[in-house]
Amino acid sequence: MQRQFIQTFLNNRYLAYLLAGIFLILSILLGISIGTVSVPMLTILKIISAKLFGFISLDQIDPMYSSIVLDIRLPRVILSGLVGASLAIAGAAFQGLLRNPLADPYTLGVSSGASVGAVLTLFFQLSIPYVGSFTLPLLSILFSIVTIFFVLTFASKIERSMRVETIILTGIIFSSFLGAIISLMIALTGDELRQIIGWLLGSVSMRGWEYIKIILPFFVIGSALLMFNAKELNAMSFGEERAQHLGVNVQKRKLLILTAGSILTGAAVAVSGTIGFVGLVIPHFSRLLWGPDHRHLLPLSIITGSGFLIIADLISRTIISPTELPIGVITALIGAPVFAIILLQRKRMERSG
Amino acid sequence: MLSVQQVSGGYSSEAVLRDVSFKVKQGELFGILGPNGSGKTTLLKMLSGILPIQSGEISIRGKRLQEYKPKQLAKIIAVLSQHSSQTFSYTVKETVSLGRYAHQKGLFHTWNSEDEEIVQRVMKQIGVTTFQHKNIQELSGGEKQRVFLAQALAQEPEILLLDEPTNHLDLSYQKELLDFLKEWTTENGLTVISIFHDLNLAGLYCDRLLLLEKGMIQIDHIPNEVLREERIRDVYHTDIQKHAHPKVAAPQLALLPRVYKEEEKMEVDESLVHVTKKWIEVCTPIPLRTMSSGVIGSGMGWHRTFVNRHVDKDYRCSDHRAEMASFLKAHGFEPAETVGMMTAVMLEDVVFRRFVHEDFSIFVVVTAGVSNAIDASKSELHSFEVTPGTINTWIFVNGELSEEAFIQSIMTATEAKVKALNDLAVIDQVTGTLATGTSTDSILIAATQSGRGLEFAGTITPLGKLISKAVYQCTTDAIRKSRMRKQT
Repeated sequence: MQRQFIQTFLNNRYLAYLLAGIFLILSILLGISIGTVSVPMLTILKIISAKLFGFISLDQIDPMYSSIVLDIRLPRVILSGLVGASLAIAGAAFQGLLRNPLADPYTLGVSSGASVGAVLTLFFQLSIPYVGSFTLPLLSILFSIVTIFFVLTFASKIERSMRVETIILTGIIFSSFLGAIISLMIALTGDELRQIIGWLLGSVSMRGWEYIKIILPFFVIGSALLMFNAKELNAMSFGEERAQHLGVNVQKRKLLILTAGSILTGAAVAVSGTIGFVGLVIPHFSRLLWGPDHRHLLPLSIITGSGFLIIADLISRTIISPTELPIGVITALIGAPVFAIILLQRKRMERSG
Repeated sequence: MLSVQQVSGGYSSEAVLRDVSFKVKQGELFGILGPNGSGKTTLLKMLSGILPIQSGEISIRGKRLQEYKPKQLAKIIAVLSQHSSQTFSYTVKETVSLGRYAHQKGLFHTWNSEDEEIVQRVMKQIGVTTFQHKNIQELSGGEKQRVFLAQALAQEPEILLLDEPTNHLDLSYQKELLDFLKEWTTENGLTVISIFHDLNLAGLYCDRLLLLEKGMIQIDHIPNEVLREERIRDVYHTDIQKHAHPKVAAPQLALLPRVYKEEEKMEVDESLVHVTKKWIEVCTPIPLRTMSSGVIGSGMGWHRTFVNRHVDKDYRCSDHRAEMASFLKAHGFEPAETVGMMTAVMLEDVVFRRFVHEDFSIFVVVTAGVSNAIDASKSELHSFEVTPGTINTWIFVNGELSEEAFIQSIMTATEAKVKALNDLAVIDQVTGTLATGTSTDSILIAATQSGRGLEFAGTITPLGKLISKAVYQCTTDAIRKSRMRKQT
């Protein structure tokens, strides 16, 4: 079997991390280097280490380079990395919890929920006192949490056993509904139409360091919460009853994991719009790389997820340069076929097993 | 160990279980039985803390179930349920290792050498070590079940709950699993509470059984008492018959298929007898319930052909059963459906006759020779030697016999045979006293098991009277015929 081969090849866990790490670093460097103005790799390293450690002076470097790197490309790469990581780990957690390899913030409708929150904030120019710029992510997160609980309650009403297909179908129903609400709001605004549409399809361009500050705390909190629940996720991927038999406090852990997943999704959507399929594709590949054990699946998803989105962003802004494609187009082009393949594999397994 | 007091509960609105109370002691293998929908699984889910208790109390080691935290409870109770989801392909070892979850401490759940040792030991005991690196999705149903059993045992529980553990397992796995559980209860003091669908397996392995009916306890007792014919018939609304296990002191229940009752009435009589030079055969259209001492088909059983075969006086064979079986096959009889006997007597001297009494009848076939007649009271004077039987008595009863009636029929027939021998003054050649039979006599009682029920066959019961008369007359005639042949 293909997976067996890959796993014997990678039976050393460090090797899996090493490969993922190399992929991430490479994509960061490529992401910074390539563009309308190409920046040499060495210069990038110099600029970054100068900024980080300060013992190399920036004087010998062309100020245009350092400005491109520090003000435009680096924040963009970091932001897309954080968004990719958030979506990937959230997807991995949703999949483990729901025992559903097709679950992902996008297919579950959580992303759409977060979008509604974000659009509402933008539309009404909302600002919650004291939190200021965090109003956007907080409202997105709130809407994600509400959406995921609605979706799951609804799915369990349809069918107690909550089959994979039922959950996905419910997610799609909610997505369409929430999408319609967003369209309605856009139609009512008129002026800001293009800005919101661009944002809806997902983009990490022209966001700057501001947005990194917005997503970072939520990314740290959400990921930490999920990592602490890796063992519980392992137990729950055998079914909630079995997890309880094994000693897991299912109700509490489930709530924690769903909340953490929603925090990550909400924050990611708030800064970059709805980017689909990252949470679906990345955990799937990480599982091929290192099996389904969540103690390693989650960190590996973070690393490969961020690398993946950086590359996707790079492609989206270079492929028909100077025009930029929305990043969601690239992820959907890769993600939808993977979704189809997983679905086919599942059906084949059910038939043979 | 575990006590359940007046517990009611079930899924949200209505109570599936009502007022259930019982206790389970440490080291017991406790079976839960009941028809579909009687609340077995609900009870098990309440014991494992999955379903809430609506009223009453479940306590484990004197502490209420609700007071245990999930982790504490998992150290005491492990559950092997029927289904578990296997969406992702964990390896066998990863799966078993999850059993240690409740035992691991700290935020990061560090895996220590004790955990590793226990996981390795359990995998070895259950026999899954060889495929520990395989993915569970690739395993067969039986192997998966074993992996999950290993996972449950890695929890080092004091109580193991099982929901129809033998479901989907083939015969050898069923036995293997239950033998294993039995061993753990006796040797490690593990308490096992299990739901059974198969009443016979439950009767075979359990120390005590709880029978549920419509959410209430029908009875909580030892298997022999719980598995009473009338009780199971009432609770399951089906026809069954209880009988003893052939090797172990355990009750077994047999299903009675419906066609059994609709069978047409059949009588065994002269028309079914076929005599050739080499054998006498009786073939019946339906199998008869038999008790016999034949060479083949001896003991209790169901048979439809009956063969009395002629062999030479000096017939010797090291394995006469196998020889007889191949003889039967060679002549188109199915050994598994046949009661076969041997005799050195000339088969033309057979005597068969039908005897009728009111609403039932019997049909008797006797071949008799008395050259090796023996006085049973002095049989120690004879050396042991297997020679072909010389008085072979077949009694076909057109009626329904109880097991007692079979045994009494044999007694009655034997007594009648002895009397016939005495009246004909057959002498034991070694001792010179009156003989009671020959050294290798065989008998067959076969009943159609339809028509009149005959519970007893003692000498003065209607059946006994008929048997005595028939056996006496037929044996006498047969011995006379054989004597005549010798004189001529």
